[in-house]
Amino acid sequence: MAERHKVDARGAFCPGPLMELIATLRHAQIGDEIEVWSTDKGSAKDIPEWVKKVRHELVAVNEGSGYWRIIVRKAK
Amino acid sequence: MAKKILIVGGGLAGTIVANGLCRQLRDELGSGSVTITMIGASQTHMYQPGLLYVPFGRIRESELFRDQRKVLDRQVPYIVDPARRIDVDKRMVVTESGKSHAYDFLVIATGSRIRPDTVPGMTEGAHWFYDLEGARKMRDALEQFQGGRIVVNVNAPHKCPVAPIEITLMLRDHLAARGILDRSEITYTYPIGRLHGLEPVAQWMVPEFERCGIKSEIFFNTKSVDPKAKTITSEEGTTLQYDLLVTIPPHTGQQVITDSELGMGGWVPTERNTLLREGSSNIFVVGDTTNLPISKAGSTAHFEADTIVDNLSSLIKEDRWARHYDGKVFCFVETGLNTGTYVWFNYLTPPNPGPPSQMIHWFKLAYNRLYWLSARGLL
Repeated sequence: MAERHKVDARGAFCPGPLMELIATLRHAQIGDEIEVWSTDKGSAKDIPEWVKKVRHELVAVNEGSGYWRIIVRKAK
Repeated sequence: MAKKILIVGGGLAGTIVANGLCRQLRDELGSGSVTITMIGASQTHMYQPGLLYVPFGRIRESELFRDQRKVLDRQVPYIVDPARRIDVDKRMVVTESGKSHAYDFLVIATGSRIRPDTVPGMTEGAHWFYDLEGARKMRDALEQFQGGRIVVNVNAPHKCPVAPIEITLMLRDHLAARGILDRSEITYTYPIGRLHGLEPVAQWMVPEFERCGIKSEIFFNTKSVDPKAKTITSEEGTTLQYDLLVTIPPHTGQQVITDSELGMGGWVPTERNTLLREGSSNIFVVGDTTNLPISKAGSTAHFEADTIVDNLSSLIKEDRWARHYDGKVFCFVETGLNTGTYVWFNYLTPPNPGPPSQMIHWFKLAYNRLYWLSARGLL
């Protein structure tokens, strides 16, 4: 059964939210969702760009309470 | 009954915690009201950042190792018998020999490990310097190298996030010193859309790489290596030819963490300020083992360990918390064989690397020896 994994990357300067997402995807199952929390507004652009490039699925990009919540589904 | 503190892992993080607690809890250890025990996997303690210098012959292997029992305060029994199962419900750790160790407070410091075996062809086709055997092989390969294409390939996640920059710039200086730079080409690959996770460092690297003639490929997450064809291919669809492939392999946490179902990938979910395992009030997690979104580095382990020493000793002596961990990280960055810089940051302060200088490189060389004072908790 697909799971949702939360990655709280708020305040993560290094390695950064996208690197945290990539690291989490390595161990997730196909169909799992990863919800990344980021205070870096660049993540709202960087993560969708990368997800498109490697053909995973972007589920949502939400802004609120001082950080972004970006949800990605592992597609392969 | 004595309060039992059990530390699992004999690397830098666990060792600083043990030695720091011995100083803070001197009276309690003397009276027998507290005991501290460490379980580890090796008789020796290795200075891991020193591996960076091995491929270039710039450090003696003997400088990398000390007897762990000599690094550790003598009040701490050190048991070489790797943990195989951590049972948080029974408050018990079972080791390879089958022995069980009960605890009141547990410190998980099992660290991380390289996993080139998780990428097809990487073990056969690539070199690395993240363990001694790999660093020796890379030294041999460099000695044989007479020019050609070098790919420095960075994978996520990895520890010591500045090491990929350091090895790249040191390689460049090494080739120049041997007079083969003009018939060599270095290409650096990185998983995300810039040259480094730290944005200011990435910005600093652009002109530095330009000046050094180093090429780069961003958005490069390794899919496979073909050792026969000498190619490396990314998930994003790029294939590069190489004559010498130097990789920063992907890392995972230790098997005992996954076997004990304490965290996906071997990383233990950890509360970012208290460094307690999520859902536990008596289990601290330190160093590479945490799932915190910060650098897996020696300095991170050091600053986290200091926080745990203050909090655990305060809980035992005063039944109260002392302070929060603020996410502090400090890293020296070698920018060649003769210059260096540094970065520091925490959860709230972004990094701001200064211009490289020979002085900072000397500080780093001095730290290569001062490390042993850090491990003893004196620095």
